Amino acid sequence: MKAKHQRLILALLAVAGIAGAGVLGASALRDEAAYFRTPAEIAAGKAATGEAMRLGGMVAQGSIERLGDGVTIRFVATDGKASVPVEFTGIVPDLFAEESGMVADGRMRADGTFVADRILAKHDERYMPPQMGDMPKGVAKMAPKT
Amino acid sequence: MIAELGLALLWIAAALACLSLIAGALFLRAGPKDLASLVRPASVAQGVLTAVAFALLIALFVRSDMSVELVARNSNSLKPMIFKVAGAWGNHEGSMLLWLTILGLSGALVALFEKRLREDTLIATLTAQAALSLGFFAFLLFSSNPFNRLPVAPPDGQGLNPLLQDIGLAFHPPTLYVGYVGLSVAFSFAVGALVTREIGPAFARAMRPWVLGSWIFLTLGITAGSYWAYYELGWGGWWFWDPVENVSLIPWLAGAALLHSVAVTATRNALRAWTVMLAVIGFSMSMVGTFIVRSGLLTSVHSFAVDPERGTFLLVLMALYIGGALTLFAIRAGTVAEGKKFALVSREGSLVINNLLLTTILALVLLGTLYPIVAEAMGEKISVGPPYYNRVAGPLALILCLVMVAGPLLAWRKDDGRKLWSRLPPAIFAGAAVLFALVLFGGKIGILPLLGMSVAGVVAVASLAPLWNRNLRRTPLPTWGMVLAHFGVAVALAGMAAESAFIKERLVAAAPGETVRVADFAVRFDGVRPVAGPNYTALEGSLTATTPGGASFVLKPESRMFPGLMGTAPTETNEAALLTRPGGQLYAVLGQPVPGTNGTPDRYQLRLWWKPLVWWIWLGGGLIALGAALALIGRAQLLAIWRVRRARKAEERFAP
Repeated sequence: MKAKHQRLILALLAVAGIAGAGVLGASALRDEAAYFRTPAEIAAGKAATGEAMRLGGMVAQGSIERLGDGVTIRFVATDGKASVPVEFTGIVPDLFAEESGMVADGRMRADGTFVADRILAKHDERYMPPQMGDMPKGVAKMAPKT
Repeated sequence: MIAELGLALLWIAAALACLSLIAGALFLRAGPKDLASLVRPASVAQGVLTAVAFALLIALFVRSDMSVELVARNSNSLKPMIFKVAGAWGNHEGSMLLWLTILGLSGALVALFEKRLREDTLIATLTAQAALSLGFFAFLLFSSNPFNRLPVAPPDGQGLNPLLQDIGLAFHPPTLYVGYVGLSVAFSFAVGALVTREIGPAFARAMRPWVLGSWIFLTLGITAGSYWAYYELGWGGWWFWDPVENVSLIPWLAGAALLHSVAVTATRNALRAWTVMLAVIGFSMSMVGTFIVRSGLLTSVHSFAVDPERGTFLLVLMALYIGGALTLFAIRAGTVAEGKKFALVSREGSLVINNLLLTTILALVLLGTLYPIVAEAMGEKISVGPPYYNRVAGPLALILCLVMVAGPLLAWRKDDGRKLWSRLPPAIFAGAAVLFALVLFGGKIGILPLLGMSVAGVVAVASLAPLWNRNLRRTPLPTWGMVLAHFGVAVALAGMAAESAFIKERLVAAAPGETVRVADFAVRFDGVRPVAGPNYTALEGSLTATTPGGASFVLKPESRMFPGLMGTAPTETNEAALLTRPGGQLYAVLGQPVPGTNGTPDRYQLRLWWKPLVWWIWLGGGLIALGAALALIGRAQLLAIWRVRRARKAEERFAP
């Protein structure tokens, strides 16, 4: 085989590799990317049951309820416009509290409860997910009083 | 006074960078020779002054000088001394000064020790380094002054984020920064060589130790960061595909590709344009990472409080440097003479495939990291998590490992592959044995971990193949380094795959005296007691883990409460307890108290993991870094230099 052919094969390999990577990346992104949803969007029916997503909202006052097994909690996430019940089995992060912001990864169950695999809480005054920064100021105060 | 002195030093250092830039640029435009003699001393002085300024900042933190805004916002007089020192770089301004210090010191080291390059290429390299420094000086001085004074000093500071109050902070950021910024030297070398058109083996050999050096630090920094996140966050994971982790992985991938392609250029004088391109990409990716972390675009413990002005500033800097270097590359690439030819089946060919795969993984990780940002700009909020990365990077990484098996066994230039086939059977046998054992006895395992462990078996044996039938005493250091690093990849891969395949987890609310079983361990929860640390109070759980063999060990996970200081909110952290065994680690986290029927807590949340072979991951990372270090010692001819010096000294001693 001539050197020229070798170069051509390498170039073709490279092009095929890049094209393959592009297809791989695009299809994986389409399947695996999770949308960030607010309770209002979920109330508007934007979230399909079983689809992986990320939910952001404030923990409504007085809504945290602990189940008998001691490791499962239920609470209501709200954005001031709508609210969604959330269920989580695990150790909630430091600073997870009522009337403070949280972001949960998980999916909607058929009964309209959001089942979280992981919960992130607002860490401190200097750490706030930008996605939560979009929420209206003082959402906590607008949260339904129970 | 200290703060003012530090600021003055920074201005002088910036002026020196400016001087190097102008003198170097004039010289390169066929200017007078005496200008060029300014560049080396100015580069050295700039590096030293910046380092002194950084030392002064640390001194301010040590003295808890609350009249300095940065200290007041990030430190507290009650903090243990080690965190006062480390707190100097646990924030935006301080870490930016660290960045500049490393940028300046690496320029100084090049100016002092680089003797192999042609003089004009060296001047061009130092000029490029000065241009980089100047931009970051402007960023620091105009938008992120670390020495800013407060009009009124508060009585005490706001303290450091408790998650950062760990020995990891003393080690992980500086190491990673040396790696990130060390790549700037390769970037400057590439720019310098493009300017003077000296792209060849000499340039590659000069650049090689720098690439190896920064890659060692990147490897160590990422390994340390992974272990830190593993035990500090209490989530039990060692890699989260968090954007901030990704932006450290991306330069690492670029560095890995670069150190393999630079080997081809140095040894065979091929792949010249590609090596230059990768050198540009390496530091560009470091800058992209810094921009992403500091612009406030992403969510992470690593994102500092930032205003959009800083983000824009960084974006402009980045566009200037990356755009400038790429434009220069586009203009000069045509004049880079064609390199030496090689056959597809050859060492070079395998390294080309290695580079192709590494850059593809790099591109896919970058895509996943940037996609949410782009989507957000278009009005959709999206997060890209582990499922995406595992799906795209996992299979490619496994293919890469198989290429790694073949590469070192192929000859340069042209090979018929006979030697390769004669040395493969033991490796293939090892892989097949692992595969059969797992299929027969492993139970239900995901396809990726299954393949991961089998490939690890192949790589572990094959990585040693270059040493067979060789006089081990005569084997050059870089070969030992390569063998060790490739073996380290196998160790890390086995750890990752085994951990995800055989992990056992228990999550319970346990009352004192209760016993929980996880894997082969019986873990008895003995209760909790309050303890007090230097600047926190904690609840310390006590667990007794008993192995089937009857040995028992005590684990003490803590749940710490840091009081809010000077108006900040209080913070809690979980300190996990780890029990390292030959077969893996037992990981215990103490969660919240669970109130009983009468309202007082009678049970505590406990999360227990048995993580088989998990410590192999970091051991592998360490081996990779150690291998690269051996190669560096060999390549930089440090031993040779040392021997010559010793011989000279001995001669002097015996001289009459």
